[in-house]
Amino acid sequence: MALKIVKGSIDRMFDKNLQDLVRGIRNHKDDEAKYISTCIDEIKQELKQDNIAVKANAVCKLTYLQMLGYDVSWAAFNIVEVMSSSKFTFKRIGYLAASQCFHEGTDVIMLTTNQIRKDLSSPNQYDTGVALTGLSCFVTPDLARDLANDIMTLMSHTKPYIRKKAVLIMYKVFLKYPESLRPAFPRLKEKLEDPDPGVQSAAVNVICELARRNPKNYLSLAPLFFKLMTSSTNNWVLIKIIKLFGALTPLEPRLGKKLIEPLTNLIHSTSAMSLLYECVNTVIAVLISLSSGMPNHSASIQLCVQKLRILIEDSDQNLKYLGLLAMSKILKTHPKSVQSHKDLILQCLDDKDESIRLRALDLLYGMVSKKNLMEIVKKLMLHVDKAEGTTYRDELLTKIIDICSQSNYQYITNFEWYISILVELTRLEGTRHGHLIASQMLDVAIRVKAIRGFAVAQMATLLDNAHLLTGNTQRNGICEVLYAAAWICGEFSEHLEDPKQTLEAMLRPKVATLPGHIQAVYVQNAAKLFATVLKGQEGNPDAQAVTQETSQLMIERLPLFVQSANLEVQERASCILQLVKYIQKLQLKEVEVAEEVTALFAGELNPVAPKAQKKVPIPEGLDLDAWINEPPSESESEDEKPKAVFAKEEPKHSRTRHTEVDEKELARRREARKQEQANNPFYIKASPSSQKIYQEASGVEHIPVVQIDLSVPLKVPGMPLSDQYVKMEEERRQKEKDDKKKKEKKKKREKRGRGKHMDSAPESEEDITPAHHVDIVTEEMPENALPSDEDDKDPNDPHKALDIDLDSLKARPLADSEKLPARTHRSAESLKSPAGDRDETVTPEPKKKIRKEKKEKKKVKDKEKIRSSEDKKHKKKQKQDPGEGEEEEEVHVKVEAETLVKTEDSEPTESLPPSAPTDASDLDFWLTTDPAPSGAQAAAASTPEEATGAEPVEVKGQTEPDEEMKSKHKKKKTKKEKDDMDKKKKKKKRHHHHHSDREETESVQNGTVEEEEEEEPLPPMSNYDLLAENDFIKMVYDIQGNLQDGSQVVVSIIFQNKTSDFVKSMEFNVLDSLNSKLQRPEGSTPHDGLTVPFQLPPGVSNEARFVFSVQSIVMPQKLKGTLSFIVKSDDSSTHEKLDFKLHFTCTSYLITTPCYSDAYAKLLESGELKSSSLKLEGVSMPFHHLLARICFHHHFSVVERIDSCASMYSRSIQGHHVCLLVKTAAETVSIDAKCDEVGLLENVLEEIKQTFSQC
Amino acid sequence: MIKFFLMVNKQGQTRLSKYYDNVDINKRAALEADVVKGCLSRRKDECSFVEYKDYKLVYRQYAGLYIVVGITDTENELSIYELMHNFVEVLDKYFSRVSELDIMFNLDKVHIILDEMILNGHVVETNKSRILAPLLVLDKMAES
Repeated sequence: MALKIVKGSIDRMFDKNLQDLVRGIRNHKDDEAKYISTCIDEIKQELKQDNIAVKANAVCKLTYLQMLGYDVSWAAFNIVEVMSSSKFTFKRIGYLAASQCFHEGTDVIMLTTNQIRKDLSSPNQYDTGVALTGLSCFVTPDLARDLANDIMTLMSHTKPYIRKKAVLIMYKVFLKYPESLRPAFPRLKEKLEDPDPGVQSAAVNVICELARRNPKNYLSLAPLFFKLMTSSTNNWVLIKIIKLFGALTPLEPRLGKKLIEPLTNLIHSTSAMSLLYECVNTVIAVLISLSSGMPNHSASIQLCVQKLRILIEDSDQNLKYLGLLAMSKILKTHPKSVQSHKDLILQCLDDKDESIRLRALDLLYGMVSKKNLMEIVKKLMLHVDKAEGTTYRDELLTKIIDICSQSNYQYITNFEWYISILVELTRLEGTRHGHLIASQMLDVAIRVKAIRGFAVAQMATLLDNAHLLTGNTQRNGICEVLYAAAWICGEFSEHLEDPKQTLEAMLRPKVATLPGHIQAVYVQNAAKLFATVLKGQEGNPDAQAVTQETSQLMIERLPLFVQSANLEVQERASCILQLVKYIQKLQLKEVEVAEEVTALFAGELNPVAPKAQKKVPIPEGLDLDAWINEPPSESESEDEKPKAVFAKEEPKHSRTRHTEVDEKELARRREARKQEQANNPFYIKASPSSQKIYQEASGVEHIPVVQIDLSVPLKVPGMPLSDQYVKMEEERRQKEKDDKKKKEKKKKREKRGRGKHMDSAPESEEDITPAHHVDIVTEEMPENALPSDEDDKDPNDPHKALDIDLDSLKARPLADSEKLPARTHRSAESLKSPAGDRDETVTPEPKKKIRKEKKEKKKVKDKEKIRSSEDKKHKKKQKQDPGEGEEEEEVHVKVEAETLVKTEDSEPTESLPPSAPTDASDLDFWLTTDPAPSGAQAAAASTPEEATGAEPVEVKGQTEPDEEMKSKHKKKKTKKEKDDMDKKKKKKKRHHHHHSDREETESVQNGTVEEEEEEEPLPPMSNYDLLAENDFIKMVYDIQGNLQDGSQVVVSIIFQNKTSDFVKSMEFNVLDSLNSKLQRPEGSTPHDGLTVPFQLPPGVSNEARFVFSVQSIVMPQKLKGTLSFIVKSDDSSTHEKLDFKLHFTCTSYLITTPCYSDAYAKLLESGELKSSSLKLEGVSMPFHHLLARICFHHHFSVVERIDSCASMYSRSIQGHHVCLLVKTAAETVSIDAKCDEVGLLENVLEEIKQTFSQC
Repeated sequence: MIKFFLMVNKQGQTRLSKYYDNVDINKRAALEADVVKGCLSRRKDECSFVEYKDYKLVYRQYAGLYIVVGITDTENELSIYELMHNFVEVLDKYFSRVSELDIMFNLDKVHIILDEMILNGHVVETNKSRILAPLLVLDKMAES
């Protein structure tokens, strides 16, 4: 016995540890596999021992072997054993091994649940840490469900080391067990403000990752993140936050506006390239999300482009690469700003780094225009010639084709040039993209009718010189172009000059060496050509001779194809051969056959849209999944493969079969065969030379193949070079330009030529007219095609399950079923529902803050509640709120010893009243807050303050930006919500002004009329007036003042496509007046139109905005304008125009601005306002409807309403106050109005009158 | 998010591998071979970012050792590039002039360092002394 123990420990001394194993593997380089298998055997022995140290050592070695690629899943149970060791040194080895080899399918994982739970709650932070780390790698849905509550508790652990790990693991838990997100989210949110920067960063990471997938649920966190962004100095965290904002901005353009400034500041100040790069990326995302009509962001774009240029010019290849990458993002929305750096990007094409060259190529793709396409492609062709390595050259080739063919060949002005480029590309040796070139040739020839004549001529030459293309190599993919060439020549043979010659070329014996699918096309199209020849000869006196000759040619050559091994070729050839023979017979009888033969190939083939098949609606009652017959046994059905258009070349020699039989076997067979041949008197022996080769070679690889080096670029005779076209095109454009100039000069002479610089102005895109009329045939779609594109979202995306509305958390307290499963014997702390214990103090410092915020919100909610049901009177002790958070800072709500409503604040966890929109409106409020209020606003705000002698109130959040106004018109509901919010804000303020105002809950003050909800509902209203309409398009418009700028108004126009065709290339232009001007991008002349940034599919409407600057707003004004656009139908496109008159009413210069009754009174008393009045007869609508109309159509807000009398207020964009006193009595409405600008007032009243006369 | 973290030598042998998304053991070898081929074939004057399938690879060479990190395209390449250097600095501090052999012989410790820095595919810690703290505690335990 004692001996056994001694032996055991001695064994252990000789056990290999990890170092020995590594050393051993290094020393057995020659027989590594064998050595390792002996090691594994040893390890298996070690694992059988009881000593945990031995086991741990074995597991440690297994981890190393696992890294080398050996499957060690058989040791899973031993790993669990080591994991459960009480000694930390062993435990961590176990966990490490588990994290490397366990996955969801490992069944022993379920044994670990209790062990992990024990480790998680261990007093030693490193035990907990190692368990968390391990868990992150192998958590399963079961583990996630069972441990979610434990991990969540750890998120509030006292040690930041544990907290940060727990927070990060939660992300994995959410993924595996989505139900945990709702209960855990409040605590996760808390961690954003954790005192430890590491924990904070972890929380940011998790929320960023969550928000990236389902951004809309996290929009309400934007203010918090904004605060973090402006306060944090940790670049890692900043990068994450900025990335998150990049994901949020597309959902909320107002957020983007708010971000621009801090981001540009960071761009200017940071020295960290990674941060700079991230900022630039997010600024780009912001600018993409903002409507392109907004002018004042060109500075940001310029800044980004400048910074990126610096990156690209840097000698560090990494920066260069990223610079190009980011540049391509800008390109999508602001191509002009990138285009000016064309030189730099072309320069990058010469870079020694291939990935940089590829990035530059990507950029070029978006930079082409009609003007520079030829130039850019010429440069690329040069690169093709000198490119080393076929991958890059192939990439260039595809890019050239991509660039040229993008958006339906939009930028190609000369298709002859393009065809010759394609033909030039066929000369590339060894490219894989023969079929790509071929499909381009086919596409162009089919869709551009005007080019067919030229294309056919080129293709005929190609066919004639086919030997140059096929040359030496079968594997050369380039012979695919012959497929296209043959088809084009056959299909459009009427354009051929000498069809007979082409026919001859297509029937050459050499053709038989081409791949089968190409031969098939040859044969079929030879028949087409034959028909053309017959037809062409009709009526010709010598017809007989020629047609006979042609028939004879066919009959002579076709048998070659009849013998083809390829079924398709054989079938077609034999069919056609018989046909020709029959025709020949008829010809001998002098029967006219041409008509009948051509009829074989009559009819035109139109291209079919790629999605057409998908769009065919499934007929009712058809179930494609149902079996028609019972399924056969699962045997043969598998070897059917879908057939491609261009069938893959069948390998001629199946080498695999040869290699399978070994050398000896081969020799034996050969011997046997020879024997057989020798004995067979009918066997014809081959010539001795070939026999020799046969004997020497054991496999086909040994047959010597002479490589013909064709390094000299092939020049196919009779083909024009694309360069010539470049020159020709330049000349043509020059000529056109000259012509134009002449005309201009003439005009100028008439006009006494002002503005000579016009001569040197670069020709604009529109000046270039295509060389020939290009009629691109659109692709066909099935009738009653389904219009919408289905989302190709992956239904298996784990993040889908995490799309949970987290804001509703407060509205809907967690149901019992949603609470995380907790074990009953756990400590009381973890038993509480997560929503409930939100308020539990974990780390005192941040907690306090949160509580304050919560109180703040609750206060608001409570007030609401009280207002709605007055009988429920709660008592509330209010403490002074120092206004800590961002929100409070801006509102400064101080509710000191308030008399209004008092509730007991004793139950922080009491279930909160349903107020789902609260968060949303908080966000709205945060977003509407203009960081720098205009002077006028500030002035307006300061008036009442001075009057009441109260403490300063910032009225920043008082006005809504135009977006919100717009949405208001669209949806009444939104308006209501917003007004609710406004009211809330006002309430807060009112407390401040009137410290005791008891009636306020009853009196209707300072808001629009939604409070009279009980009264009859308002009829739907729209502020969009008809602008113009014709058969194609309808435009409605609305004008809103721009808050930020007193001299700007934003015109929102909804374009509606009334046709069943595409409307594209819309250009909006207005004749400026002295007073009102359309804001155009920098560098454009006042006559340039603005491109509407979208196209309209049939029946679709979309909205675009245009900014106008106005000087005087006293008078209404009308501007004439034109919308030009292209209507693109199936086979034609027409240019259309629509004239309109934009009516800038004085109302459109007014902005809905709330005002308090005391400030209002002050304003009226000041005596600075001039008055006017208006009487309306026969207005039969209810008073609140009348008010609503004024509010809605004329941008007023109700200050106070008493019975049938109401005071209203509005402010112009230039700060004029407009006050109305509306009274009604028996269908008569009288409006007394005051304003500091009489002209404006008169016009507004006139417009109000108009509004009511219309109804 | 970081998908995997690899250390390979010039011969393409894996010296450290950590996957933050489970990849089948049989596919790992193929993936590693592919990734290594993609990065090792690049010259010194080429940029350190390679596009590979759905990932972006960021790599950095330290003498005979390459570190290759696979990230999703939402990750900031430059920050990962810095992170790798940070990792090497930590190794250097712990092993004082780290070599390939150090990493091979102390694979478990290197894993601890890596786990302290990257968790669940996210950067958790970049402070050298805080990264090394648990490891030093462990060493003390082993000594006693």
